[in-house]
Amino acid sequence: MRDEVESTLAIAHHHDLVRVRRALGVAADAVGLDPVRRTKLLTAASEIARNALTHGGGGEAEVELVEGRGVRLRVWDHGRGIEDVEEALRDGFSTAGSMGVGLGGARRLVDEFALESGKGTGTCVTVIVWKRP
Amino acid sequence: MEAVPILRVGDVLMVSIQVDLHDQLAERLAGDVADAVAKHDPKGVLIDISGVEVVDTFIGRVLGHIAQLARLMGSRVVLVGMRPAVAITLVELGMDLPGIETALNVDRGFRALGLEPPG
Repeated sequence: MRDEVESTLAIAHHHDLVRVRRALGVAADAVGLDPVRRTKLLTAASEIARNALTHGGGGEAEVELVEGRGVRLRVWDHGRGIEDVEEALRDGFSTAGSMGVGLGGARRLVDEFALESGKGTGTCVTVIVWKRP
Repeated sequence: MEAVPILRVGDVLMVSIQVDLHDQLAERLAGDVADAVAKHDPKGVLIDISGVEVVDTFIGRVLGHIAQLARLMGSRVVLVGMRPAVAITLVELGMDLPGIETALNVDRGFRALGLEPPG
């Protein structure tokens, strides 16, 4: 089955986090995620999108269905990039006075997590949550 | 301007969050609860989150702030109605909402405040 792009959304304002969560909720329903996986996906998305907003100066989010049994979220920003990715994923790491579980916590909530970042090229986070087999 | 309604039920303030809270709305709620506590001198504040699907670190932090504010003003917050999926997610996030008293539902929340639930 071909992967389907559900929607691409701008992340430029706090209201956009709600829009990203809503778009993911629609995708989660389309593949039939159970309530726990759905909530984990939406919560991880919230952390990732907020990270793009506060650290990356905003960016974009893309929501896709994968093989009819998973939901993929890609969030990229146009910020300075993350210099030490491992450190950024460690609990307690925070550069913006948040609780410091943001990205590392988000990684624990999803089935697949990839973070690409380079100095000057921004940060791209991709996550997938699969429907329970 | 949108806001989360705060209702008086006897000696208790009831805050029922039925919308997907965006950050500004959450911050506004903290100020509104503080104002309502000052005005009504309640025995406690019940915050019903049974309608909330996502408690991320930001919303969790705001809920913690509201509990702190209420305590500093001599009142108490009890968070009620957390969905199982939200509880599971918070535990995995590593955020167990320290300092926030919780109860399973509104009735239990009233009892936690030492009051009989209405009706």
